[in-house]
Amino acid sequence: MSPEPDKDIRQFLTKQVLSDPRRDDRTDIKKSLSYIAGERVHKPMIYVGMATCGRIAGADKTFEAIREYLQEHDIDADLVEGGCVGFCMEEPLVDVQLPGKARLSFSRVTAEKVQSLLDDILNDNLPDLPVLGQYTDTILQPWEDVPGIESHPFFSGQHRMLLEHCGIIDPVSAAQYIAKGGYQAFIDTIARHTPAEVCRMIEESGLAGRGGGGFPAGKKWSAALNTVSDQKFFVCNAVESDPGSYMNRAIIESNPHRLIEAVLIAAYATGANKAYIFIRKEFRLAIKRLQATIGQAGAYGLTGHHIFDSGVNIDVVIREGARAFVCGEETALNNSIEGKRAMPASKPPYPAERGLWNKPTVVNNVETLFNVPLIVKNGPEWFRSLGTESSKGTKLYTLSGRLKNYGTVEVLMGTTFREIIEGAGGGLAGKLPFKAIVLGINSGSYITAENLDARVDYESLESIGAALGSGAFVVLDQATCMVDLARYFTAFFKKESCGKCIPCREGTARMLEVMEQVTRKPSDTNSFQTLERFKGVMQLKSLASVISDTSLCSLGKSAPNPVLNTLKHFKHEFDAHIFDRKCEAGVCTDLRVYEINVDACTGCAVCFKKCPVDAIIGTPRYPHFIVQDKCIGCGTCFDVCKFNAVIIK
Amino acid sequence: MELGHILNKFPNRRREDLISLLQSIQDEYGFLSEEIIHIVGDYLDISINKIFGVATFYDNFRFGPLGKYHFRLCHGTACHVAGSATILKELEKLLQISHGETDKNGLFSLEVVSCIGACGLAPLIEVNETFYTNITLDILKDLVHSFREKESAAL
Repeated sequence: MSPEPDKDIRQFLTKQVLSDPRRDDRTDIKKSLSYIAGERVHKPMIYVGMATCGRIAGADKTFEAIREYLQEHDIDADLVEGGCVGFCMEEPLVDVQLPGKARLSFSRVTAEKVQSLLDDILNDNLPDLPVLGQYTDTILQPWEDVPGIESHPFFSGQHRMLLEHCGIIDPVSAAQYIAKGGYQAFIDTIARHTPAEVCRMIEESGLAGRGGGGFPAGKKWSAALNTVSDQKFFVCNAVESDPGSYMNRAIIESNPHRLIEAVLIAAYATGANKAYIFIRKEFRLAIKRLQATIGQAGAYGLTGHHIFDSGVNIDVVIREGARAFVCGEETALNNSIEGKRAMPASKPPYPAERGLWNKPTVVNNVETLFNVPLIVKNGPEWFRSLGTESSKGTKLYTLSGRLKNYGTVEVLMGTTFREIIEGAGGGLAGKLPFKAIVLGINSGSYITAENLDARVDYESLESIGAALGSGAFVVLDQATCMVDLARYFTAFFKKESCGKCIPCREGTARMLEVMEQVTRKPSDTNSFQTLERFKGVMQLKSLASVISDTSLCSLGKSAPNPVLNTLKHFKHEFDAHIFDRKCEAGVCTDLRVYEINVDACTGCAVCFKKCPVDAIIGTPRYPHFIVQDKCIGCGTCFDVCKFNAVIIK
Repeated sequence: MELGHILNKFPNRRREDLISLLQSIQDEYGFLSEEIIHIVGDYLDISINKIFGVATFYDNFRFGPLGKYHFRLCHGTACHVAGSATILKELEKLLQISHGETDKNGLFSLEVVSCIGACGLAPLIEVNETFYTNITLDILKDLVHSFREKESAAL
């Protein structure tokens, strides 16, 4: 062992790999690279999936337990704080690789299971614990009777190119990333291509923005490059504030070097010498890992001044956002970086012409950027060959809701929603029938049962009045009330409206009032109120069109979508709420009618005592009754009854 | 109030440092007081109206102290569908505060956040950076009870 292994590896990777254009043909370095990349190991390697999702599932404790075990038994092994492979359902995940043997992935390894896992595996025995699969490799000896991880139903339907290294490499090891082929695209770009060539490459590839808008990324880049200015900026939008999606955070935590490489290429192509990564402050782990990554990239000479003797200067800076949904809008985001309130500005001028401090600024989403190194490396034709006629590449989704499996998945454009649900999603959890998929709050689109065969593709989704969304994929079954969900979305928009445009600020508030009239209990049940509710709903459509026509930014424009889409697909639920005052799913608690089952009531009088409005009458030891006119539907009697005598009608 | 060591981290005194500076101060002191806003205003040469304007715009900034146990309830789409509205009602009842408030003893505070990002484990809450997942009303009652017990034992 040399005294400074890190420095040796760094020199080797810089000189023999990154700076050598013939690296792909060199067979002499392949073996060393596979050891650095962690594909082959000299000593046991134990890898714990420790992205935020893993930590929430208890990976911290597992990691501690493994460390203690190794210390106690004096075992020399590499213990890695890893990323997320995407299968959050099965976390905490622990991968073990023994020298010469294929890597195994164990699921749901809680701290208590560590002892039995390591006792067996370190003695070359397969432990009796749930195994997700093994990573098959041509050289390494496979484990008997263990399926390959790629054949697992969660993974088999996916097309993993953005997620390829996630949950496999050490996220904060520049050496592993470079040994896996990372940063080569960037070095080749600055050595061989002009910025205009890179912009053309991205334009030809057909890469579209994944934040929700779907604007061609290459066009944005060219616009910034062609604008004359003494200073240009590049901004990576890592705000990801759409509730229900966390795949951007997951990929940053699992492979931060890929993001840095993409940002460097993008900054070079757009002529920017300063790049900001704007990320939510709550993403503590992602920020920590990005900071470590930027430090390492600097040590390798990949950022800063005169990168790899090319004369290119790019600084990468992390900016922590202070949380506001509207920050996801690019002009608002730029204002936030400047230290102002995140208020959107009117476009044009587009940020690519006049953005941060009135200088040309390109803003790209994390997922969009993750594609860039691959496109540069494999060429635009390769990327164009993936996906459908109108949409190229893949899409990341965060699966959640009533599915058997949840986590982050990557599917090829053109995959149907049914395939996602039944493949990676593992079908519906529970017995209730399917109702809809919500594709994020900012698209406000629902995929209903009759549209399940629609494809993940900009055009085909537009034809059914939906949008690709930012990546949330919440599956709902019949236990969800769509009217309540629309009310929740409206309340969200009302809270998050920045207040600049009156139609958005006031309109969302009015919209929420109407929605609350529909979902709340009336003070009395005369027909006039039914008419009022009906009138409110009738006016929703014209209110919605005013909000979306006259708001400046996409937040305001999309604010009415959830309500409009609910009216379109689930009008019968609205009707039931308005006229019958019934919530079939039983979610709108205000609309519940409580009654006491006379046969089950023992007359214990607990409900009688607890009722806050004295709506329950009766004598002790005899069945009680609820006076419906007095009842406010709070549900206290239902909660306190020990004999299940209070029933919901 | 001693802010020099934080202010020194931002020697350029630019407007773009404002949000980072306020975040650093809040990380140390827990919230932004009027005094802090005045000091920051003098330091960056920005009117305090503008600083309040920025600070009140973003959800992260607070103007009062947090409780010893800070509850963050996730109310994202997945959590909402899994019933976090009911959890919120129950939590407000148990802690005897509304969301966004801190109780009189400075023991509990409650914040509703838009999405913590563990949608598969919904509904979930975070108390002082520890996560509690797949929350039910019973788990919630036990949790709050255990915190109260711990506090009365400490007294």
